[in-house]
Amino acid sequence: MFEALRRKFAGAAPAADKTSALLRVEGLKKTFGNRTVLRGISFAVDRGSVFTVLGPSGAGKSVLLKCLANIEEPDCGEVFFDGRAMDFRRRDSRESFRRRCSFLFQGNALFDSLTALENVALPLEQTTPLTRGEIRDRALEALEQLELHEHADQYPGMLSGGMQKRLALARAIVTRPEMVFFDEPTAGLDPLRRNAVFAMIAKYQKVFGFTALIVTHDVPEALAASSVVALLYHGELCFCGTPSEFEASDNPVIASFRDSPDALRSTLAAVRRGETIGEDNE
Amino acid sequence: MVASIGNFTLSRVRGLGDYAIFLGLCAASVFSTRRLASRVARSIYEQGFRCLPVILIVGLFTGLVLGLQGYYVLNRFGSEGLLGALVSLSLVREMAPVLAAIMLVGQAGSALAAELGIQRNSEQIAALDTMGVSSHGYLVAPRLLAAVVSFPMQTALFVVVGLIGGSLSGSLLLGVDPGVYWSSVERAVKEQDVRECFTKAVTFGLLTISICSYQGFHAHRIRRATGARAVSAATTKAVVLSCIAVLAADYVITSFLV
Repeated sequence: MFEALRRKFAGAAPAADKTSALLRVEGLKKTFGNRTVLRGISFAVDRGSVFTVLGPSGAGKSVLLKCLANIEEPDCGEVFFDGRAMDFRRRDSRESFRRRCSFLFQGNALFDSLTALENVALPLEQTTPLTRGEIRDRALEALEQLELHEHADQYPGMLSGGMQKRLALARAIVTRPEMVFFDEPTAGLDPLRRNAVFAMIAKYQKVFGFTALIVTHDVPEALAASSVVALLYHGELCFCGTPSEFEASDNPVIASFRDSPDALRSTLAAVRRGETIGEDNE
Repeated sequence: MVASIGNFTLSRVRGLGDYAIFLGLCAASVFSTRRLASRVARSIYEQGFRCLPVILIVGLFTGLVLGLQGYYVLNRFGSEGLLGALVSLSLVREMAPVLAAIMLVGQAGSALAAELGIQRNSEQIAALDTMGVSSHGYLVAPRLLAAVVSFPMQTALFVVVGLIGGSLSGSLLLGVDPGVYWSSVERAVKEQDVRECFTKAVTFGLLTISICSYQGFHAHRIRRATGARAVSAATTKAVVLSCIAVLAADYVITSFLV
């Protein structure tokens, strides 16, 4: 199943170099109180690629994404977008970055008091000089592209989980961003829905041509749908390369993360045999 | 001991500074937020029309009680004819702005704090920021502008209903001549009293709505609570602080205007 997905969506791409990168991060650090979450992260995301940051829960993936999207302020480090250093303290820099990027939240962050159409129209209404008619047309077009036009007048609470995810994506792409950040897009979903969400991201990334930066801990789906994967572990990026390089790596951290279902299977087999399990296996 | 007093003082000063910055951002965003008028109209509906029943009921009973109490006090001095003056001045100068503001805090302010708290929890406020939409301008500024309109209107309505309540208890139940009551009202209330009433209403409106917005907007900063408990704590704090602020501001304004 994952092989089929991979063949369909992923084109193995090398890690971006400094010149072709749409987003480049250098030495990003973030500390909350005494806890250091990010310890000098550096990577580059190529234009038009699907870049996925993998990592266990609590590794700092969401914090990394929030630092990049200017929701959290990093302690130090630099973010370059389209070759220009972003100074998020400056309003023009912040606004230009936000015009060109969108963010899809883990819980979708849809406005429950607005209809699907109003949710999609909101960023256009507030950030563009378009007329009401143009905004409505663009919002309906986005809903149609995500097969939600029949639900334009429904509130998010009346839609299924998958539809809400698509609605959030419609809102993210309606401004035609160059880059979309996805924060745990498959959190809490069953395997079939996880596949559907990654397929949706890959499909619409091809259709709209945006660059996608995804953080997730779903290894098989991410390997199938991404052009580049990185592994964040204890606040450090310990791998960045193509999915095939990730799968071939003998790095013990990558292996333990990648092969966790096999490890679980052997642990369970040991439990069934009545063997004592060491702490490492727990 | 000294350190804890110092920490407490510093945190309060920091909090006041943060509140001032919040107000500044809201004021600045008024000029940059698009389609503000429709959101202001919606907020006026929420703060005004939806709160009408509570204003009418509390206003009526306040007037009824003032009429009763006033009549028995004035009766001792044979001055029942001044009942209208007592009820009207009590309502216009003190009772209507204060009670209307407290009722509006209980209904509209608490709802506002809870709504913003939930929006903060579900990352809707962060979503606005990432879209390049000013969350202060989109969520808070319309409510503040609406308060400038709805609080004086609700206060005026409170006064009218209260005067009718005073007339009901004074004239209908206790036998004061209605003509005497209403002419006493007309003679007692001066332009300065009305100005004081509206000054208080606008000030209380801005104070309470800004405090409720601030608390809800920063529900994620509540210590030792997250999620629903943080929203609940923020809402409680918003209502308590707003009521204290109304009473404190009432004293300050009265001492300047009397």
